Amino acid sequence: MSIPAEPALPAPARVTSGTNGSEHAAVELAGVTKRFGKITALDAVSLFVRRGELMTLLGPSGCGKTTLLHLVAGFLIPEGGEIAIEGQRITDVPAYRREIGVMFQNYALFPHMSVARNVGYGLRMRRMARPEMDRRIADALALVKLAGLEDRRPRQLSGGQQQRVALARSLVIRPKVLLLDEPFSALDRNLRASMQVELKEIQRKLGVTTIFVTHDQSEALSLSDRIAVIADGRIRQLDTPHEVYRHPSDRFVASFIGDANVLRARLERIEGAVASVALGAARVTVPMRTLAGSAVGSAVDLFVRPEDLQVAEPDAAAAAHGTVAAQIYQGGHIDLYVDVPEVSSGRVLLRVPSHEAASLRPPGTRIGIALAADVAIAFRAA
Amino acid sequence: MPKLLRLLGGATVTAILAFLLLPAGVVTLAAFNSRAILSFPPEVWSWRWFIKAIAYEDFQAGVRNGLIVTAWASSIALAVGAAFAFALDRYEFRLKRTLETILLSPLVVPHFTIGLGFLILAAQLGFARGYSVIVACHVVLVLPFVLRSVYISLRNLDPRLELAAASLGASPGRVLITVTLPLLLPGLVSGWLFAAILSFNEFTASLFVTVQRTQTLPVALYNYVREYADPSMAAISVMYIVATATVLTLANTFLGLAKVLNVEHSR
Repeated sequence: MSIPAEPALPAPARVTSGTNGSEHAAVELAGVTKRFGKITALDAVSLFVRRGELMTLLGPSGCGKTTLLHLVAGFLIPEGGEIAIEGQRITDVPAYRREIGVMFQNYALFPHMSVARNVGYGLRMRRMARPEMDRRIADALALVKLAGLEDRRPRQLSGGQQQRVALARSLVIRPKVLLLDEPFSALDRNLRASMQVELKEIQRKLGVTTIFVTHDQSEALSLSDRIAVIADGRIRQLDTPHEVYRHPSDRFVASFIGDANVLRARLERIEGAVASVALGAARVTVPMRTLAGSAVGSAVDLFVRPEDLQVAEPDAAAAAHGTVAAQIYQGGHIDLYVDVPEVSSGRVLLRVPSHEAASLRPPGTRIGIALAADVAIAFRAA
Repeated sequence: MPKLLRLLGGATVTAILAFLLLPAGVVTLAAFNSRAILSFPPEVWSWRWFIKAIAYEDFQAGVRNGLIVTAWASSIALAVGAAFAFALDRYEFRLKRTLETILLSPLVVPHFTIGLGFLILAAQLGFARGYSVIVACHVVLVLPFVLRSVYISLRNLDPRLELAAASLGASPGRVLITVTLPLLLPGLVSGWLFAAILSFNEFTASLFVTVQRTQTLPVALYNYVREYADPSMAAISVMYIVATATVLTLANTFLGLAKVLNVEHSR
């Protein structure tokens, strides 16, 4: 629940002095601003990435996440603010002196070089001695399970193999930070899942600090140690996947991450930092933090995750009543789309375990809807 | 019905191809005619016109002059064109669109205008009509073709390749040498080759800027045909076709013609 990033120290001072001796941030941004013409891509962004952490920059396209990555890589120079890597200010250090590994969406393998020469490129640039270089290349290829493909050209490899080469190439230089720009978006679904697991294992094994850019919220939730949710050039929330999902800091985060039902409710009582909200016959406790300025009795939007709703008897004193519009079998669970005109203009989504007898609720059935949790989050009515 | 259509289609394609190859075919046959007039078809076959053409001093000088001019003109055009292509591709500046339009649209100014322009300029500035004037003239003529070739290769070059190289520790100079230039090589070679063939062939502008001593092969041929009409010129043409085909075949073998001509799908 921290906006901006963690230790809110005065911006440039912190970066240049690197005071926090016990734990340097692997990457730190302080008040970084980047403009393209009249468009402000990043607006005074501050960010603190811990050593060994896998941090995801998550946001819709055009939110500034790739710009942020390119600033850390040194491909762009910010108009304002400072960037530090391992306590060293590097704001105007060129990319080739930053010791940062970058993996691009399309992998950007050099088409005129073999796999081994691609992987060894960074070592040649460092004028490493031949035996040491060969050993490092072999180790890197073994790490990504590509031993034996040294002499292939990139175009002779599958998408997954190309990605492994790109990963080996960026890791072989032992970068201080690994930057990944939407690395899985070009892979098909099954391959993507296995590559995600593998990347996570390699990242943990090497303990390399990683910044990962994606617009895919489920990818972010499953891979990250922490997620920075970005919109319109600002970090909206920086937290663990669980916190971001369960305690979104604002409306945007709540609706961007995971599925959420927005239900019309009423603010009934304020008790210090929390409030009680009435939804039909149900009462739910929400934090006041996101409701600042709302008066008792005013309408609020209650955000409820689909798995936090339950089916109740149609005549029970439930949170709401509605008519099943569609029921979609998903294997492990069933998605029920319910028309509930009293609380929502759209359809309300319930996610119920599939072992609960689903056949009893064909479309047209009237059901009651109950809240499975007594804690939720609400925002002022839009 | 479809069979008839296919037959008709085949016949049309054959006819068009025959029409395209007709001049070359006629000239080739005429070259082997033993009689001293340009006639077709030959009655007695002979190599004598080839021997005469090769031995003819003006033609020898023309080839020599042409090669000198071509080598300089296409190399200078390559350097200048590549520089312009880089500037157009990498930088934003005022009048960029205008410059792009001017540099990439050849054929607006006719060749004889360019030739005449250089002739007047050389006279005004007191330049002797030596190689430098011809080379300068040819650079202007072939520059758009070189520029276009390099520019297209640059456009097709994924900027992320250069960023990846930089992130791996390559300074801008080493990025250029290890990534950019090798990937641009097909474009550079095709641009140079195109320029060389155009320059070696160029007649209209060359007529204005050459003198007896510096005349290139097309000009020498023109001067020859004004006085004689024997099949030596046909023989030269055949040798010319063979030479060009050889160069292109070699380029294809060693560089891959598809790559050289930028046909290959990039990335």
